[in-house]
Amino acid sequence: MGYHWNWAVLLASAPSGGVTYLDWLLSGLKLTVTLSLSSWLMALLLGSIMGVLRTVPNRWLSGIATAYVEIFRNIPLLVQLFIWYFVLPELLPSGIGTAFKQLDPMLQQFLSAWICLGFFTSARVCEQVRAGIESLPRGQMNAALALGFTLPQSYRFVLVPMALRLIVPPLTSEFLNIFKNSAVCSTIGLLELAAQGRQLVDYTAQAYESFIAVTLLYVLINVVVMVAMRKVEERTRVPGYMGGK
Amino acid sequence: MRTSHLIATAIAASMLALSASAQESATLKKIKDSGTISLGHRESSIPFSYYNDKQQVIGYSHELMLKVVDAVKAELKLAKLDTKLMPVTSQNRIPLVQNGTVDIECGSTTNNTERQKQVAFSNTIFIIGTRLMTKKDSGIKDFPDLAGKNVVTTAGTTSERLLRKLNEDKKLNMNIISAKDHGESFLTLETGRAVAFMMDDALLYGEMAKAKRASDWAVVGTPQSREAYGCMLRKDDPGFKKIVDNTIAKTMTSGEVERIYNKWFMNSIPPKGLNLNFVLSEDMKALFKNPNDKAFE
Repeated sequence: MGYHWNWAVLLASAPSGGVTYLDWLLSGLKLTVTLSLSSWLMALLLGSIMGVLRTVPNRWLSGIATAYVEIFRNIPLLVQLFIWYFVLPELLPSGIGTAFKQLDPMLQQFLSAWICLGFFTSARVCEQVRAGIESLPRGQMNAALALGFTLPQSYRFVLVPMALRLIVPPLTSEFLNIFKNSAVCSTIGLLELAAQGRQLVDYTAQAYESFIAVTLLYVLINVVVMVAMRKVEERTRVPGYMGGK
Repeated sequence: MRTSHLIATAIAASMLALSASAQESATLKKIKDSGTISLGHRESSIPFSYYNDKQQVIGYSHELMLKVVDAVKAELKLAKLDTKLMPVTSQNRIPLVQNGTVDIECGSTTNNTERQKQVAFSNTIFIIGTRLMTKKDSGIKDFPDLAGKNVVTTAGTTSERLLRKLNEDKKLNMNIISAKDHGESFLTLETGRAVAFMMDDALLYGEMAKAKRASDWAVVGTPQSREAYGCMLRKDDPGFKKIVDNTIAKTMTSGEVERIYNKWFMNSIPPKGLNLNFVLSEDMKALFKNPNDKAFE
């Protein structure tokens, strides 16, 4: 194919800033991890709240939660990102919109990406939480109520802690997904791992080395997450459920 | 006797050379075997290679590329040659040429020595300078005025590189936004996220042609570099490169290129019927007289 391999390119110095191309990739890795972890926190929190709301015996509350899930789950991630980044500032009152657009571009991109990934993933977490709660035997809620807990207390002390422990395995895949989905944010100019990889191609024309390095870094993230979540899974396993002892 | 002998040898040798060049060229062989040539084009590099409102590819570079297709068809003596159009971006164009997805890409690709390590470039088809587009009333006249401001450029272009270097060398403290294509860069400028858009001057005029009100915008600043656009081909394929180079050289020396130039740069063009009024530069006049494939950097 006539490709000119050159792995040393990773250690060559980049044209600006006195760093190597590898440092570019590592700074991208840092941004990818920061963005994904902060979005994951938001998704976990919002997703748990919405997941509970979906199961409460109140038509209005569960209706709101259902609408929330359908909106954030059914609009493609890329479209959502463009709405947050390009459309929203134009819809805001012009003072606020302009103020946002004058921020440091990197901050604008990060905020849009964070909110976008957070909402998108929260809808998916919400469905997992709902499934977890619904998988519990009816008796648990009834027992909690019979003991004199109010409805919020039954959720707070009985249903949610049980449900969250049950859904650790499917949550792991959502957690892995958020890292991979974060690559979409390179389309608004955020210099995360995928974007840095592409930039490396632009500057050095060494496409294969760069993409292979980026792929390995994503794999590295995923292996770390998988190992960590396996530990969490062991620690939180409910005795008597799903192979727990 | 001797002369006729010589002539015969010369003819035989040239025929050998011809058939050898046709066979040596993997690209020509592929085109001949498949009956198809795959063309890489851009989607929004006005007026070089872009879609009109019927989603057909048009433009200055595209017209030159179609001339190459005709030449290839004649060279291979094919009755019919299918063309496959493949849109490419700044980021994927080099890998797509390398891996054989496209055989030739004529758009707005700068020929530089770094890229020559990976791909070959044809004779230069255009020479540009890198400048700034800004709102007429923004007060920006040249690059030093950008200090502390947000500036947008397209990711993967030489402008991006120059802008970063300028920022560092002159301590301008600019915030540089890298958008994914020229359309998105202009959107960033138009929505007020950036005060200026740095790019090849011809492309900036092209973006102006798409603007809601072209008269709001101006192209300003001292050119930061001169760049030579060429068609991209696979490396180490002299047979194919020769056909492409000859076609471009012939179009230039015969004066036909001026008609094509005027059509795209001095007349109203799609999509909005704006006239770019981009007068033929001295660099371009010199190029038309003396076609070559030299890179500026």
